[in-house]
Amino acid sequence: MSDDWRSYIQRIEQLAARSGLVFNPVDFEAVPDSFMMEIAIYGLPVRMPHWSFGVRYIYQLIQRRMGHSRLFEVVFPGNPGHAYLAESNGLAENILVTAHVLGHADFSRNNLLFRRCQQQVSERIVEHAASHARQIQQNIETHGAQRVEAVLDAALALEQHIDVDQDLRRERYPPYLADPQTLVDDTFRKRFAALEPAARSASMERKRAPVPPHPERDLLWFVANYAPEMESWERDIFLAVREESFYFYPVFATQIMNEGWASYWHARLLREADFVPQQSYLDAIKCHSDVVRPIAAEQQVSLSVNPYHLGFAMWESIVERDGLEAARRIMEQDDDFAFVRNHLTRELADELGLFRFSARSDGQIKVLEHDVTALHEAVLGPKYNFGAPVVSAAHIRNDGTLELTHDSSVDGRGLDLERSRKVLDYLHKVWRRPIVLTTVNQAGSALELTAP
Amino acid sequence: MEGDQGRRGESAPGGADKWYELFSRGARDWLRHDEKVREAVRANLPEIIAGGEVINDSARTVRVPVRMLEHYHFRLRRPEESQGAGQGNAKPGDVLSDPARERGPGEKGAGGRDEGEVQLLLEFKVDDIVDWLWEEMQLPNLKARVGPSEETEWTREGWDRRGARSRLDRRRSFKEMVKRRGAPGATPTFTDEDLRFRQLARRRQPAVHAVVFFMLDVSGSMSDRDRKLAKTFFFWVVQGLRRQYRSMETLFVAHTTEAWEFNEPDFFQVTGTGGTVASTGLLKVREIIDARFNPARSNIYLFYASDGDNSVSDAAEARAALASVAADTCFTGYVEVSSGLSRQLATETGKLFAELSGAGCAAGSYALNDFDDVWGAVRHFFTAESNAPDGPGGGPRTDSP
Repeated sequence: MSDDWRSYIQRIEQLAARSGLVFNPVDFEAVPDSFMMEIAIYGLPVRMPHWSFGVRYIYQLIQRRMGHSRLFEVVFPGNPGHAYLAESNGLAENILVTAHVLGHADFSRNNLLFRRCQQQVSERIVEHAASHARQIQQNIETHGAQRVEAVLDAALALEQHIDVDQDLRRERYPPYLADPQTLVDDTFRKRFAALEPAARSASMERKRAPVPPHPERDLLWFVANYAPEMESWERDIFLAVREESFYFYPVFATQIMNEGWASYWHARLLREADFVPQQSYLDAIKCHSDVVRPIAAEQQVSLSVNPYHLGFAMWESIVERDGLEAARRIMEQDDDFAFVRNHLTRELADELGLFRFSARSDGQIKVLEHDVTALHEAVLGPKYNFGAPVVSAAHIRNDGTLELTHDSSVDGRGLDLERSRKVLDYLHKVWRRPIVLTTVNQAGSALELTAP
Repeated sequence: MEGDQGRRGESAPGGADKWYELFSRGARDWLRHDEKVREAVRANLPEIIAGGEVINDSARTVRVPVRMLEHYHFRLRRPEESQGAGQGNAKPGDVLSDPARERGPGEKGAGGRDEGEVQLLLEFKVDDIVDWLWEEMQLPNLKARVGPSEETEWTREGWDRRGARSRLDRRRSFKEMVKRRGAPGATPTFTDEDLRFRQLARRRQPAVHAVVFFMLDVSGSMSDRDRKLAKTFFFWVVQGLRRQYRSMETLFVAHTTEAWEFNEPDFFQVTGTGGTVASTGLLKVREIIDARFNPARSNIYLFYASDGDNSVSDAAEARAALASVAADTCFTGYVEVSSGLSRQLATETGKLFAELSGAGCAAGSYALNDFDDVWGAVRHFFTAESNAPDGPGGGPRTDSP
């Protein structure tokens, strides 16, 4: 590959800064396509080994053989950020990709969700993930591949079950119930206590808090902290997976905004970059329209929404309507839920040809009535709760049995029983006491799954 | 390419080694996946293979279709009807995919969330499978009846100064050289004197020879499925016995009210009509033994598969014929294939064999109702056989080498 694009990096960076983008420095590295593919599969340049990545690898390999997907870049936020560019990119593609990467860098530095998660994880997730991988390699040498794999089976199966509203380094629950007096100290309580001294003295006794005190959605943390018979290296693996999930969450929850923002900026910077030769500019514009096109060339209709296209179109209309200042404020404050619900207007949806469809289990797919609120939810549906059902830890029984509950009222239906059973089997290997999971069956009545 | 390398050095200071050009994590994790699939297949081998479909008559391999493993997560139940968002040229009310009208291009989009499923086809050698199974099921090695010296075999015997290059014994030659050499430390050199070649000699060996009769009831009451069950069972019996005997002869007899000898391919294709007279088959076996084999020198096995509905009038004759055959066999096995109804050997033929094993002969019966049972049957017979008392007939029994 030609390295001519490197001479443009600095100029594009200066142009971006002049246009109001604020970003951490980014290290650019050109890597072979095979490595690009692995970064995309693992989500991080160096990550722990697990056979499930091998499955994704084969799917990717097949897709690539069939020419379905092509990766131009992968970027990791941080200070400095890391951007990996495919060696097979041409000059024009790399100019475009450089601008795109700076859009991401601006986004990840200024978006609140990203900032919060980066404060938690630190700005060096790439290095952290590599050190997790190294640690796990050492565990394999000490404890054997089988045991480590069993732990990873369980931890990675629960990777979406974190609670980003909690701290990454989270304290254990307080062991005793808080004294009720300290909770509410109003006149009524004082008078009540004065009336009946006996009641007051009884409440002086400290009560052990139940574990968990409330249904706990942060399953990785909960298991790592409260599993009755886990070894410390096993707990560390759970916490390592949790840390990586904390990093993945904002990427997942702002995908439409983030990709749209980067696409908006690569298009705009390219327009303003008068130093780019004419031919490269044309090539880059063509590449841009390939990236943000809504539908594959040979198709009339697509049953999914291209986040690049949707985000790009939304940012364009926001900037046009409210100006760049407002757009930057939205970029800083929203995630995809707020972004789509507030800014995907009926007019824009019509213009983009977005529609809702229903798919029956027999394969019939039908386009539904226009309804922009329902359309928002159809776009966002796969993103609720990190894309996972709401399962929380409810109780630990005296014999160490873990009770999990699935909140079907939130999810609207019960769990896939076969898969859930397998997850319980994974988890049982590290919890080492029985596990009970309640969900609902097809008819909506309660159902209990157990392992073993 | 050279210049390229130089620039890359700049871009990643600290002498970053390009490990990713030498090592693929994806491939490593894929290999682990493959290993897991093989383990899983191996663990479920009896069930998978008993399926019948996988067995090829002539092939020495079995092909097992497997799906990619899934790493499970909590997922919601698949809804009857799900909603999604799409984009393109579509109006409310349009039907984009209707399985009732089209098959093919619409299929992949159905549901919109299925990953294209990839099926792998793993190939296993029959010999490997049999080895695993014997290990897994802890089937005993059979006792073989050793006949008088019949086979000859080349064995190694001694060394000579002349011989074919391929039989040069290097270690021995080297020793000779060291012995000859006077002073320690001298440069080792070989002379023709030092060379030693392995010699072979013919040795007579006691023969271990098996004759296996497969007798199948092909009367009208035996369904296709019954015959397939019997075939699957016979297939694995042959594999099991072949482990034990270097030379094995298989003979196939089918009967209705008459009996015929068949070759293997035809045997399983035969269908007959009419009643069941087991004695005809047994007498046919008797006839073949008398004409072609010496019971004292061969290990004769008989496996009989039938639905058990032997004609009542045949009882006495069948009993006599069975006793006569059983006297010369190492083992007589009866599988009752009656898919659908499980009568637990309470049939005419079942009773005959029960009497036989009650009388202390090496015989066993098993009711085979389903493909899942095939392994139970194999295990049953092979365990019974190895524990069976010494049958009649000449020649001492020894554990096979």
